[in-house]
Amino acid sequence: MRLRSGARGTFVPAAGTGASGPVERRGRAAADGILRYGAIRLKRVYLDNAASTQALESVADAVRHALLHAYGNPSSLHGMGLEAERIVEGARAELARALGVEPAELFFTSGGTEANNLALKGAARARARRGRHILVTPIEHDSVLNALNALKAEGFEVEYLPVDGAGRVDPDRVRERVRPDTVLVSIGAVNNEIGTVQPLAAVGQALAALGEERPLLHTDAVQALGKVPLGDVIRHVDLASFSAHKIHGPKGTGALYVRRGVKLLPLAEGGGQERGLRPGTENVPGIAGFGAALRELEMLVQAWPRMRALKEALWEGLRDGLDGVQVRRLGPPPAEAAPHILSVAFPGLRGEVVVHALEEHGVFASTGSACTSRDPRPSHVLKAVGLEDEVAQGAVRLSLSRFTTEEDVERAVAAFRAALPALWRFARLRGRGGAR
Amino acid sequence: MDGAARPGATMLVRYGEIGLKGANRKAFEGALKRRLEEAAARAGAAGVTRVRLAHGRIYVDCEEADEDTRERLLAALTRTFGVVSVSPAQRVPLEWPAVVEAAEALGRRARLAGARTFKVEARRANKSFPKTSPEIARELGAALAKRLDWPVDVQRPDAVVTVEVREWIYVFAETRPGPGGLPLGTGGRGMLLLSGGIDSPVAGWLLAKRGLEPVAVHFHSPPYTGEKALEKVRDLCRVLAAWCGPVELFTVPFTEVSQQIYERAPDPLGTVLMRRFMVRIAERLADRAGAQALVTGESLGQVASQTIESIAAIADVATRPILRPLVGLDKAEIVELARRIGTYEISVRPFPDCCSVFVPRRPATRPKVEDCRRAEERLDVAALVEAAVAGAAHERLEAWPAFSARSSRTDP
Repeated sequence: MRLRSGARGTFVPAAGTGASGPVERRGRAAADGILRYGAIRLKRVYLDNAASTQALESVADAVRHALLHAYGNPSSLHGMGLEAERIVEGARAELARALGVEPAELFFTSGGTEANNLALKGAARARARRGRHILVTPIEHDSVLNALNALKAEGFEVEYLPVDGAGRVDPDRVRERVRPDTVLVSIGAVNNEIGTVQPLAAVGQALAALGEERPLLHTDAVQALGKVPLGDVIRHVDLASFSAHKIHGPKGTGALYVRRGVKLLPLAEGGGQERGLRPGTENVPGIAGFGAALRELEMLVQAWPRMRALKEALWEGLRDGLDGVQVRRLGPPPAEAAPHILSVAFPGLRGEVVVHALEEHGVFASTGSACTSRDPRPSHVLKAVGLEDEVAQGAVRLSLSRFTTEEDVERAVAAFRAALPALWRFARLRGRGGAR
Repeated sequence: MDGAARPGATMLVRYGEIGLKGANRKAFEGALKRRLEEAAARAGAAGVTRVRLAHGRIYVDCEEADEDTRERLLAALTRTFGVVSVSPAQRVPLEWPAVVEAAEALGRRARLAGARTFKVEARRANKSFPKTSPEIARELGAALAKRLDWPVDVQRPDAVVTVEVREWIYVFAETRPGPGGLPLGTGGRGMLLLSGGIDSPVAGWLLAKRGLEPVAVHFHSPPYTGEKALEKVRDLCRVLAAWCGPVELFTVPFTEVSQQIYERAPDPLGTVLMRRFMVRIAERLADRAGAQALVTGESLGQVASQTIESIAAIADVATRPILRPLVGLDKAEIVELARRIGTYEISVRPFPDCCSVFVPRRPATRPKVEDCRRAEERLDVAALVEAAVAGAAHERLEAWPAFSARSSRTDP
């Protein structure tokens, strides 16, 4: 059995060991590079759905069909080209229906990062003669912040909007910051680390009050699709970015909504596909998978109450179940946050140490802050919402999907209970000396 | 007939030091020949090459290898310890037109690669060939200058076309340096303490260059270090494997040791005590792996654990020699070597040991052996070592195929 590096940490029963006792605490790297965790096969609990999700069977089928059967080029004149084109247009229609927009307002991209780059660079460059001032929140995804950093080098001025402790912008404050030369405002619909849902409809209304000369409003809606109501948001924005693999579709596929009449400059020149805005032969298998995932979007919407309830159960399990370990909930009040993201912090512990420890118990989670022993930099999001480094470094993100079960939550809480007290004994906060 | 049946391609492999070793010479040549055969196998050229010894050289015949395979073979040969240089040559019969034809092909290629001037050098070891060395040089130089419209420059030529007359005639225009040193394994085996940083892979490489076959041991501290940190160490082994052949790696769970030191020992001694445990555990694994020495990446004075007092306190628990090939090198020198070996880009990958939780606040820079021994009286030394050795996992890592294909630069 051979796994690619991305699949490491898979739980497989260790061959030839007669042990039936408790699961070993530490995995063992065998010659084939697979971690073995004693004799017991652990069921995986995947709580990293904000990073990526498992594809649906129907998605895998659609991708496979496109690869093996509908493999024509949508630009070709013959019947096989048409078959591929129908797949692409079918997926576009699904997304249009889900968002309540026209299919002609949607452009397929290679994912959320490209959609964000295309929206921001495309809009800013197209409007550069009108002005060069851009407003953005400091808690955006790197693909937004770094696209804007690139624009700074082209002479654009980027101003960061204030956010409160929950990461929210105030629509009135946004409007106040708009200047005559402001051409673009970018505010993510749902924050990927702490689940903040931004008041985008109110921001859109506030900007609309500025009349003809108002700036364009872009939203990175990658974490929002299928997780929060988007109809009202889409009506108030000019540009919105989406990704397939956050909704059980394939990686490498996304889309950009461009309100009719909004002009963008393309990032690349090519053969005119996607009406010249995103040339290149369409990723038909990816788009087919995106379409299949969108066809089950309603199931995601129906899962909101259950995801919310499970998330609360998870939080309560952590709050009440970890004797003596400090834990804090981050982000907005539960009722106002996205249903799938729970951000917690264990002040004094390192988030990535907690993540590794959970993995030993079969639970897969994420941390916002990238740590290196040389450069323990907490996440820009957690810093922007005013958390002290000590708390931000201990942040762990648990993100659910519509397939998360009550049993998963129980297992996750049990994993925390098993893993954390040992780590807590060596927590930095408690200083050194006690046992000495 | 030199053992070769037909004309074709041959890599001329030169070795230095091992030629000087009198009585041991045969053993060394045999070892180098075996290593070159292994290198050929790593390059995917096992079935299409033949390695033979003659005239104080090693000839690797590879006429049946295609262009790509020959390039991979050349890269692998120039990464074999003991090799001073390698020249990819055309092997032709003792006939003048064949020499001119082969030289013209090589010359044309050198011209295209940017050599503006050239000269011819000739060595006639086989006196049955009618032309003398000066005649060969003069006549071939004139022929190439005319046919390729290529100016001769005997003082500072861009390219040197060399003709060696033996039972065959070897013609080559390129010589690539090898790493030098001694064939792997002639120096025994060494247990390399491989951390994932910049230094330790370089230490392993330097001693491998002196013939000491490295066996790696890595101490990891789950959950304080993750699976990606371990993969980084595996990747370092894979780069070393491109020089040494498959590298054995022991991964040792070290968390319990760190925790007990942290809880029971004086803070300033933390680092040196951890190192003492690593040495003890590495020695146990060295028994198992048949390694006669330990190898570390210590460089004098680089960090607190590398003062002469620390080095002494660490060596106190060793029964084998601890070899420290970097001891006199500056960081910049180590980095330069790491880049050349191909480990640098991996070592600087940001999957660090977040194990910093166990790093002392104020590490002792001059720890005393006596203090270390006293501190360890409060630890379950034997049990901790036993558990770590029992928990060690063993694997064998081979070079990435793509890595073997790189000729000069050795990025991962």
